[in-house]
Amino acid sequence: MAEILRLRDDAPPAAPVFALDAFLDEPGARAVRVEAGEDVTRLFPHLGRIDLVEIAFPRFRDGRGFSSARLLREAGYAGELRAAGDVLVDLIAFMRRCGFDAFAPDAPLDGEDVANALSRFPFSYQHASDAAVPIWKLRHG
Amino acid sequence: MYRYDQYDQAMVDARVAEFRDQVARRLAGKMNDDQFKPLRLKNGLYLQLHAYMLRIAIPYGTLNSAQMRTLAHIARRYDKGYGHFTTRQNIQFNWIKLAEAPDILADLARVEMHAIQTSGESIRNISADPYAGAAADEICDPRPWAELLRQATSFHPEFSYLPRKFKIAVIAADADRAALRWHDCALRIVTDAAGVQGFEVYAGGGMGRTPMIAYKIRDFLPVGEIFSYLQAILRVWNLHARRDNIHKQRMKILVHTLGEEAFRAEVEAAFDHILTLGSDFPAAEYDRIAAHFTPPPFAEGLDDAIDRSDPDFARWVDRQVVAHKMPGYAIVNISLKPIGGIPGDVSAEQMDAIGDIAERYSFDDIRATYAQNLVLPHVRKADLFAVWQALKAAKLADANRDQITDIIACPGLDYCSLANARSIPLAQKIAARFADPATGDDIGDLNIKISGCINACGHHHAGHIGILGVDRKGIENYQLLLGGSGAEDISAAKITGPGFDEDGVVDALERAVNAYRAQRTPGERFIDTYRRLGMDGFKEAIYG
Repeated sequence: MAEILRLRDDAPPAAPVFALDAFLDEPGARAVRVEAGEDVTRLFPHLGRIDLVEIAFPRFRDGRGFSSARLLREAGYAGELRAAGDVLVDLIAFMRRCGFDAFAPDAPLDGEDVANALSRFPFSYQHASDAAVPIWKLRHG
Repeated sequence: MYRYDQYDQAMVDARVAEFRDQVARRLAGKMNDDQFKPLRLKNGLYLQLHAYMLRIAIPYGTLNSAQMRTLAHIARRYDKGYGHFTTRQNIQFNWIKLAEAPDILADLARVEMHAIQTSGESIRNISADPYAGAAADEICDPRPWAELLRQATSFHPEFSYLPRKFKIAVIAADADRAALRWHDCALRIVTDAAGVQGFEVYAGGGMGRTPMIAYKIRDFLPVGEIFSYLQAILRVWNLHARRDNIHKQRMKILVHTLGEEAFRAEVEAAFDHILTLGSDFPAAEYDRIAAHFTPPPFAEGLDDAIDRSDPDFARWVDRQVVAHKMPGYAIVNISLKPIGGIPGDVSAEQMDAIGDIAERYSFDDIRATYAQNLVLPHVRKADLFAVWQALKAAKLADANRDQITDIIACPGLDYCSLANARSIPLAQKIAARFADPATGDDIGDLNIKISGCINACGHHHAGHIGILGVDRKGIENYQLLLGGSGAEDISAAKITGPGFDEDGVVDALERAVNAYRAQRTPGERFIDTYRRLGMDGFKEAIYG
């Protein structure tokens, strides 16, 4: 695995990462990995003790993780949200808008391409799980 | 029509720059073809049998003359001088070079057009009633909602890697000119007893190898909550659809697997949550968009009389012209189905002519229909003769709307890498056999729809008579279907029995048509006779 790209200022979580079922059985666990197709709402009662949620992207075409990420952010989860697996540079901007703030790609990403991808679109048409102000709001103040 | 502001233009320009960069990275070997494929598809670029095909969005089927002339320019500069209007109100160019695709997108952006999400596993260009804003039977113009949803669903971060494609249609009349419930999500604007507008929402429709008609998931949704409801539908599907078999990933399959009630319960629960997020566009934004769709400056007090002394003109009026909501105006349908032509094909010269005619006679307004024809929505009745003459000069004055020669056909094996059989030559043979206008008039309304493979781009499930091309041990074979409809009397066609070769299916179709002519009661269309008699009323005639 290539190095982890983090867009957070806090220290990287050092706690061991548990699979979802194991995490739920381990009251002291603080980091969890969610596989594609697993139900992130099972984490909702435990959000206060989680420092890291890693969401798996087994294939870049499998977009379930985008909805999982938004469910977590909409439930108030504020810890690190990491996309792991087949994470390609052309997915990064969408992932960022869905609340991901760390990326663990299987293959290394070109830093310049990442910077371009994250700055490409000057506006956003719709509300999502980031700080972007939708265009309709810009239009009407 | 809607005009871009600085934000819309900035987004489309950014998209052009992004795709230019993606093409450069592909050509530089920084990504493989498997990784590039979904990116080019999200920009409408397919790899066909002979070249790349570019599908350009015509949002809700509306375009102006400057846009039509730009399409003519693309046909001349980057293609072989023609384009092909599709069954989802878009246009395709079939002979595109990958390296030139970013330049084409840049040319399109200059006239507020794009190819965003016209393909791939994304929320596709939204289709609508081609008579919107002109139809005598609409309760409002559905296009402001279609434009609002175009913006809301463009570059949606959560729904850009969906299980499969997702198609939306919006109408606002009882008559269905958009094949409404054949879409994944179908919206019909209605008014409640108090006169308040809302959406009837349908979900889970689609053609392909498993045809399903969308079911009504909501009787009445307040208009201002439509984006939340749409996101709820998309989220339930995105989380729960299969991801292991591309043929089982459309939303219709999930609806079928879960059952309508369970799917509705999941959607309503997701909707209750999403409503709290504040993602719906406010009324002020709807009003801003709707202001772009106010009626053109119609003249008052015009005469409704039409001079019918020229019999060819009178026949064209009877077939191609329909009622407009304003006295003295008419809706003109332009047939793209000349006998011997390719359904939906238009040359660059014809595009220029249509642009000129629309600018002069139709408030600069042109529409595309899913039946692969065009519409001039606002023509003065007093100008109809001049419009007809101008169309005739451009070889666009055929009078066969909804008749047996008004055939929908996909590009088929002449272009498409997915196809099993050719569609275009078959459409041409059928049109040639029934070329006599008197025969067309006698047969009356009859929709023939031809697909060259199971993916059903030619809408064969929705044809009064459908034809599906299949590959049978390396030989093109055609199945005949009867009884489908894409209109308000929607139904899925059924296969008659064993298939035919190319000439055989034309003969079989003729036998089915003759069986209709022999058995019809006065005023009955083909589809009515089929529904009265069932397949048994036709099977013996077809198979003997």
